[in-house]
Order: sequence, then C-alpha cells, then structure tokens
Amino acid sequence: MAVIKVGIADSNVAKAPDSICTLGLGSCVGVTLFDDAKKIVGMVHVMLPSTELARSSSYKKAKFADSGVPELVDMLVQAGASRMRLKAKMAGGARMFSFEDSAKGIGQRNIEACKEILRKLGIPIIAEDTGGSHGRTIEAFSDTGVLEVRTVSKPVIRI
Amino acid sequence: MKDIIRDMSDFHLDVLREISNIGAGNAATALSQLLGKPVNMRVSRVIPMPFNDVTEYVGGAENLVTTVFSRIDGDITGNMLFVMGAADGGALVRHMAGDNGEGDGELSEFAQSVLQEVGNILSGSYLTALSDFTGFDLRTSVPCLCVDMAGAILSFGLMETGKSSDYAILIDAEILPGGNDQNGDVQSSSGHIFLLPDPESFHRIFFALGVHRYGSN
Repeated sequence: MAVIKVGIADSNVAKAPDSICTLGLGSCVGVTLFDDAKKIVGMVHVMLPSTELARSSSYKKAKFADSGVPELVDMLVQAGASRMRLKAKMAGGARMFSFEDSAKGIGQRNIEACKEILRKLGIPIIAEDTGGSHGRTIEAFSDTGVLEVRTVSKPVIRI
Repeated sequence: MKDIIRDMSDFHLDVLREISNIGAGNAATALSQLLGKPVNMRVSRVIPMPFNDVTEYVGGAENLVTTVFSRIDGDITGNMLFVMGAADGGALVRHMAGDNGEGDGELSEFAQSVLQEVGNILSGSYLTALSDFTGFDLRTSVPCLCVDMAGAILSFGLMETGKSSDYAILIDAEILPGGNDQNGDVQSSSGHIFLLPDPESFHRIFFALGVHRYGSN
C-alpha cells in the first residue's frame, strides 16, 4: 500500500488499501472525507478560512476552507464516492504562538470555517482533534476511515 | 498571471539579499557580543519557493525546531523567525547560562526566557540595520517561543503571504552561534534568521531604496 502525501494548501484522494497523510499541521486544518462503502478517503490541507481573504484573482482552491472542501467533495465523487455517504473528520487549527488572540486566532477561524462549509454541504463531522497549541501530523486510512493524529509530545491518537 | 513573489526579477532578489547580509550581519555581531565568542554568518539565500519547499528547506515538515517568532510592524510589516534545531536551542542556553534548562525533555521557563531574549536581540539588531538602510520606522512584537514541527510553525509564518501568493520569498541568513572551536573546525550547530515580509511590503522596500522602477517591475 502507498501513503499519498498532501502538501500545504493541497488536496488528494486515496483508495483502499492506500492511506493519505499531511505533515506538520499547525494553525492549518486537515479535513478528511470518507466513503465507507467504497473505501475512498480524501484529504485537504486548509490554510485560511475564506476566499474573501484572497488578494489575488487566481488561487489554489485547496488553500481556503470555503473553496477547498467543496473541491474535495467533487474529487471524491469523480473517484467514485457517493456524496450522500461522506463523513468528515478533522484535525489541526492550533494556536502555535501565545501572542495570537485566542478568540480570533487563525487556527480557530480555520476550524469554524471548515465546520460551516461542512454544515452547508450536509456532511456530518463524526470526529475531531482540533485546537490546542501543538503541531500535528495526520494520516487517514482508506480501508477503515480511521484518522491517526501524531504530535511531538503526546501519544498517538486514533479517531 | 503575474505573481508578485514568484515572478520577482533577479535584480530585486539581489537587493533583498543585500538586506539580508546587512541585517543578519548586524544580528550576528550582537549575538557574538552576547555569547562572548565569534558568531559566523555563513550564507544568505533569497529564493522564491512554493510553500512546501519552505518546510523542506528547514529539514522537512516534521523536523523538530526551536523558533523565536517576532511580528514586524511599522513602515513595512512581516514576520521574523529565528529557527534552530531543537537540540541547538538547548545548547545555546547551556552556553549562555551554563545550564540547558531541560527537565523531562522540555525547556524550562528559564531556558525559554533566555531564548526569547536571544530572539529579541537578534530581531532588534537586524531591524535596526534595516531601518538605518531604508529610513523605515520599524517595531517588533514581544518575541514568542515555540518548539514544535517545522511545518506547523512555518505555515503560521506564511499565512499573510498565502493571501496573495502560493510562493514565499524567504530572506534567509544562516548563522553559526557555535563559531569555530579551538581547532578551527566549524561546529555543527547553526541557526537561520528568516525575514518574511508581507507581500505588499516588497514594493515599499524597493521604493525606499529607489529601485522600484527597475526593468519590467
């Protein structure tokens, strides 16, 4: 099986038996969408909450929550997943530096924006490991849908 | 479509490299005085690179690093980061204070404040040189320390840039706080001083230096 890597502001899809991962999420949020019947999982590494923040007319959709998550849904449907069966898990959105205002920090805004777009798309969030003040590496397994979260100083968790 | 960062001219990259030389040279001198031993500045690199290359550049997204982060405010805005390998942070504290301050693998409060102060002195002296050179009024925020995965830290520093571009210009100077040991061998510990101006600040830098009309830019 292969491990498909997703970079910053990027997205991709993995089919069984492959897994998909993104390394070193800080204030960025990793959203995974899983179709358990087809055993297909997709992942997007969201950097910023909204395309309204874009100062350029051409941008990577995966960079923003409100364009990246819908694009990932399209990619999954293209790969054979059913839109109706998709379930979401997410991780990241940390506050890496103490000077960021905790209420309005970019990590928190990323989490909220991902939840908002998933709600609009009618995709339930069944698990999350968000917030805090530490970096995360995440790997999603296409055969089970399990999302593994690895950090520097804490035990590995599987959600 | 033209990207202000990806498509920057070689001439303007040279100008930024000069800024790095001047700023980091000043910072290395300040660090040398603080440590009471030579600090060498090895090389300045100024390269436009995609975000994922930035994390590769610092040893990969999962590489554990000690970083002191300062936000720059004033006539230009941006981020300044002093990045070391996690072990090098402890070594620096040990050299300055005779104690690496590590208990349970984590930096003590004392060690953290020593490193923050080092970051403060480095960014302050870097920006003083930049300010003398350009006439800019520049201030920095209180420095913040973070020991974590390079990807998690650097991606936060790239946030402002990400609003305008998928590329960043990392104005990087590598310094060797270890200097040369008694045998003249270069010690392995090294740090990077990164200047990451917000995209709209590049034009102000070139304007202040009178090079904004150069070539097609």
